[in-house]
Amino acid sequence: MVTLKINDQEVKVAEGTTVLDAAKQLGIIIPTLCNHPDLCVAGNCRVCVVEQKGARTLIAACAMPAAEGMDIHTNSLKVRNARKHIVELLLSEHRADCTKCYKNQKCELQTLANEYAFGEHLFLDLVEDHAYTIDRSSPSFLKDDSKCIRCQRCVRTCAQLQHVSAIAVANKGAHMKISSFHDRPMSHVVCTNCGQCVNRCPTGALTEKTYIDQVWDAIYDSEKHVVVQTAPAVRVALGEDLGYDPGERVTGKMVTALRQLGFDSVLDTDFTADLTIIEEGTELLTRLKKNLVENDHSMALPMFTSCSPGWIKFIEHKYPHMLSNLSTCKSPQQMFGALAKTFYAQKRKLDPSKVVSVSIMPCTAKKYEADRPEMRSSGYKDIDFVLTTRELAVMIKQAGIDFRTLEPSHYDSIMGTSTGAAVIFGATGGVMEAALRTAYELVTGKPVPFNNLNITPVRGMEGVKEATVKIEGTTQEWRFLEGAELKVAIAHGLVNANKVAKAVSTGKASYHFIEIMACPGGCIGGGGQPIPTNAAVRQKRMDAIYSEDMHMDIRKSHENPEIKAIYEEFLEKPNGHKSHELLHTHYIAREAY
Amino acid sequence: MKSKGLTKVDLIFESIDAKEVLAKAFSMTPEEIINQVLESGLKGRGGAGFPTGMKWKFTAAEKDPEKYIVCNADEGEPGTFKDREILDRVVYKVYGGMAIAGKAMGAKKGYIYLRGEYRFLLPQLYLELHKFQKMIAEIGYDFTIEYRMGSGAYICGEESALFESIEGFRGEPRNKPPYPTTSGLFSKPTSINNVETLVTAMMIIAKGPQEYVKLGTKDSRGSKVFSISGDTPIPGIFELELGMTVQEFVNEFGDGDTKAVQVGGASGFCVPRKKFEDTIIGFEGVPTGGSMKLFNSSRSMYNVLHNYLDFFTEESCGQCTPCRVGCQQLLKGVEKVKKGEAKSTYLNELVKLADTMKVASKCGLGQSVGNAFRSIVENFREEIIY
Repeated sequence: MVTLKINDQEVKVAEGTTVLDAAKQLGIIIPTLCNHPDLCVAGNCRVCVVEQKGARTLIAACAMPAAEGMDIHTNSLKVRNARKHIVELLLSEHRADCTKCYKNQKCELQTLANEYAFGEHLFLDLVEDHAYTIDRSSPSFLKDDSKCIRCQRCVRTCAQLQHVSAIAVANKGAHMKISSFHDRPMSHVVCTNCGQCVNRCPTGALTEKTYIDQVWDAIYDSEKHVVVQTAPAVRVALGEDLGYDPGERVTGKMVTALRQLGFDSVLDTDFTADLTIIEEGTELLTRLKKNLVENDHSMALPMFTSCSPGWIKFIEHKYPHMLSNLSTCKSPQQMFGALAKTFYAQKRKLDPSKVVSVSIMPCTAKKYEADRPEMRSSGYKDIDFVLTTRELAVMIKQAGIDFRTLEPSHYDSIMGTSTGAAVIFGATGGVMEAALRTAYELVTGKPVPFNNLNITPVRGMEGVKEATVKIEGTTQEWRFLEGAELKVAIAHGLVNANKVAKAVSTGKASYHFIEIMACPGGCIGGGGQPIPTNAAVRQKRMDAIYSEDMHMDIRKSHENPEIKAIYEEFLEKPNGHKSHELLHTHYIAREAY
Repeated sequence: MKSKGLTKVDLIFESIDAKEVLAKAFSMTPEEIINQVLESGLKGRGGAGFPTGMKWKFTAAEKDPEKYIVCNADEGEPGTFKDREILDRVVYKVYGGMAIAGKAMGAKKGYIYLRGEYRFLLPQLYLELHKFQKMIAEIGYDFTIEYRMGSGAYICGEESALFESIEGFRGEPRNKPPYPTTSGLFSKPTSINNVETLVTAMMIIAKGPQEYVKLGTKDSRGSKVFSISGDTPIPGIFELELGMTVQEFVNEFGDGDTKAVQVGGASGFCVPRKKFEDTIIGFEGVPTGGSMKLFNSSRSMYNVLHNYLDFFTEESCGQCTPCRVGCQQLLKGVEKVKKGEAKSTYLNELVKLADTMKVASKCGLGQSVGNAFRSIVENFREEIIY
């Protein structure tokens, strides 16, 4: 423990604590910008400089470990002058067109400017000295360098959390910028479109590509039937953008709001999450049978999940030789899209060309996924528009809906009924848990041997989780699995996904089934989720997801009555001909330049 | 303050029997070596002037069995070219100094980070290195040296950016603490010393600290190699005892019309004629890594300043706000004032900004931009405005 003084108040902190965190313990707020709790310390924006008595220079509170006897002042004249200068400097290189900026009122630089740099600007405008263009090439996000303040949060995110490094620092001095490989457009580099950088950008330099206006146009087009689906992780995060604390479940209110926005049918991605479990579970059992019984290794093991489009792009670039290990199942979003313009349209007697399919996702990579040329198995673009959780919040505000006062309501039918197994898709380990709940019961006829169906070993925030499930008491059909130990692994965040993929690639791991989510925490920590997203917020959303599961009447995918019905009426059988046509896909080996 | 006067010295380039000196050094204990260097009062010759003995002592105190000695030969300060001369003429003393430092700290490996533009020196340097490695093998001492090349970035002369560069990363300064003596190259305890410092250290071991302290002043012991350029009839490399005034220096090297001397390169200070008499060249006055640039009355100090600011605007790594944006603002600001597009009082705002850069920048680069800026603007304000 070390004892130091901050603004003349004494505080005792553990060794290694930064001055910033020590100040927090005293309730003293030091402004920061490049600092982010998910990332390593950078100490480069210098907004957090404070005065240490006796030191020649000011010190960056975020990067300086507290030391015994330090005498820190966070609001001295010297500090205030420097801080004002620094904020003014950042403003001078930032295109401050705040009123038309997507991040208006959500911009961390704007907040600082309000506190330190109102009135006349001190310094000259530097934006005009640079030839800036906006990179609109990615279907998922925009990159506007004129708003970039070079804090490098995005660079650290891409490298440390995602092991991708699609963006990095290029050039030096006045020309220093955040750039891609050879300055190529973001659509033409190894970028997974995960949007973790977007989620951490303090300004409007990185923002999701928004399709709000297109969705409004569809809603107001009386010829169009607009269906909307909502991903599991949206309902536990949307509230944050509408005045609720993290961890609030707003499912019912969200459904009401969507109806009030004018969507013709408010449906649930959870329905196709349940469907994914049936398809993917069947695929896993088939792969196991082929490998273990028939000695046919054409279908590779281990099988990786395929719900996360960021992960798909990652493996396509980095481990193209392992594409056969990916489940061929489409993600729940895309299964939904393919069914919306076939099964749903038929049932509702609609012309599929008049159906507009919108999805609300915690994810920016879903925008990319919807644009993939493979995703047109209905004969149309299966998903027309993808909106993030944040964009939905914007629409709700635009429509003047007082979210807090809304009466909760239920999803429409058909394709609106779901189970607790589907809801937990939103958290890391959730797909695994849902799959095990169904697969175990399928082969043994009994529920998974865990208290309350809660398979706790696959839950939690650890980067890579492993579990073994012993299969006992199999039915006649699955006798070959009797006594087998099903080895599973779960990874979230691409840096962890890479560890697992590498272990599989080099033969160092012997798993059967691996769940991978591109984003830290799974979809609850997706790139399209409310800002800020950090470990504490992710934990609250995760708790909310499991609480939502516990509140569901049905908690196993195969017990979803609508799922049973769709197989009877339309799909015939899992992994059958129709399924393969609509619900399964293939992958593309991509360059790793 | 009483001046020492101008005395030419021949220590750095003096020929010595390296084998004899090294054998002597290797027979000493690490503490003895460090104590001798401490006693000599030697301060780093790269410009920052950190006591060399302390640096070695801190590194020696670290428990890690793996340590490094790094020679900073990324001589990039505008107007400095003395390290090139040292490498060209007496590189065996650089190697010797590294081996002695290695002995003092318990480091078995040394790196020399050589300025990219000095690549042409490499064949000769390798030849000498080969001879050196053979010699210490004969003495029976285990120490190896490797070269690493810079690629032209000024910032890579900053110690932690230099480590990043050697490690294969973008040359950006690190946060301090931790300091290199605890966590430097490859996160191992590292002593990083300038070329001239290492040579001087070897000479201190050769001659004994008592001899060395006879030179210089209390705060600035010894002699220093100066790179002298600008409006002088005799530009070049000169080794001079520390402690002379700028006036004495100008008397020797000026062309009779010297109006200012830039001491310490772009990151140093500009001394105007009226302060020549009272300014000592050394740590009690204006410290320098060796760059001495003389300007006569035909020179525009606006152009001089503009040139420096242009340099910094280009050579800032761009990582921290005060340096990246501050440099651009200073440059654009003086341009506007010169053109009459900004009020002359705007210079006062810029001086305040330079002060902020001095206290809030992450590394020495941004912290020292204000030196030249302030000293030129304050002493030659009319040349900036009109």
